[in-house]
Amino acid sequence: MEHTYKFLLRIGDDSLILGQRLAELCGHGPILEEDIALTNISLDLIGQATNIYTYAAQLEGKGRDADALAFLRLEHQYLNTVLVEQPNGNFADTLVRQFFFDVYRKLLFEHLLTSTDEQIAAIAEKSLKETRYHLKHSSEWVIRLGDGTELSKERAQFAILDLWRYTDELFYMDETEIQLVSAGVIPNLKDLKPLWMEHVLSILNIATLKLPENQGFFGAGRQGRHSEYMGFLLAQLQYMQRVYPNMQW
Amino acid sequence: MVSKEELLTLLDAVKDPEIPVLSIRDLGILRAVTLSTDGWIIDITPTYSGCPAMITIEEEIAKVLNANGITQFTINSSLSPAWTTDWITEEGKRKLEAYGIAPPVDEVDKSVLFSKPPVVPCPKCKETNTKLISQFGSTACKAHYQCQVCLEPFDYFKCLR
Repeated sequence: MEHTYKFLLRIGDDSLILGQRLAELCGHGPILEEDIALTNISLDLIGQATNIYTYAAQLEGKGRDADALAFLRLEHQYLNTVLVEQPNGNFADTLVRQFFFDVYRKLLFEHLLTSTDEQIAAIAEKSLKETRYHLKHSSEWVIRLGDGTELSKERAQFAILDLWRYTDELFYMDETEIQLVSAGVIPNLKDLKPLWMEHVLSILNIATLKLPENQGFFGAGRQGRHSEYMGFLLAQLQYMQRVYPNMQW
Repeated sequence: MVSKEELLTLLDAVKDPEIPVLSIRDLGILRAVTLSTDGWIIDITPTYSGCPAMITIEEEIAKVLNANGITQFTINSSLSPAWTTDWITEEGKRKLEAYGIAPPVDEVDKSVLFSKPPVVPCPKCKETNTKLISQFGSTACKAHYQCQVCLEPFDYFKCLR
């Protein structure tokens, strides 16, 4: 139970924090269609986080609900990867971050369909349909930007160089994941990495973009140690609940 | 004690708050109604994970049942099997179109990149010469189109499978 709870927080926090990042673009998208697209994706991610947290709270059994998990934890208690908390930057930064994440999430949900935990399988089944649409959107943009103008290519390439180092963390495993793999609850994440790499490369090749040779950085978000951006993000995310505890819309 | 048929008729009064012409039955989000020893069990499922209409829908179901003297019931929201636009009834599709929203048509696999957008007939003039404006629309379940003949901009209810 304890391991399942922790794993749910890890994937639920990825959804919530990336959903919050994309929500920042509401009213600030580069064009109207993308403003709507990115906030639609944000809504899907926050919806997925709600489903994941609801189950996590139920397993925890301490009377907390999804909102309490989303709004009332401290920074070191969030277990999302460092990748998803990175700032939106320019449009290429936002879309490359999304692309790396979408490829990973699609693979993860596909493999969670056969989880021995029925509720996790149900969440995966629901989320996968949405994730396929997100991946189509981010893949098409990575190709357009990479194989686009000189400026868009330069920015997309720079975004890859910048964000690449955070991607290994998506496949992080410790005691929690090892236990869950042997119980058949989750796939071995180390086995997903080559599949992820293959998919990412196939798109980057079409986009005429290159991967750096070395990864050279290890994120520790899965253990609750975040980059400097996380505190600012949480300050905004949690503001209303902190200032007016238990407020309702 | 109401019969199952009577209960289903009562539940027809519960509409999707964002598409008020469609009942939860038309939309296929009302999955099952069963009688247990603790009263009626009403199973519903969300369209999209983040659909904000679900909370309103649950409240509305409770309101309609209470107003009809039914107090013994439980509302279950389940994720699996995941909702698909194939569950929208023929009646639902007809109502959608009459309301100005183009109902879902067959679409190619989402894994095909830069695929040609589906041909969606205009809900006003029925011409098929329409253009996809935005893959994402006013809500998670819709895309935005414009008719090239009568120039009407319209929502298209995306195919989800």
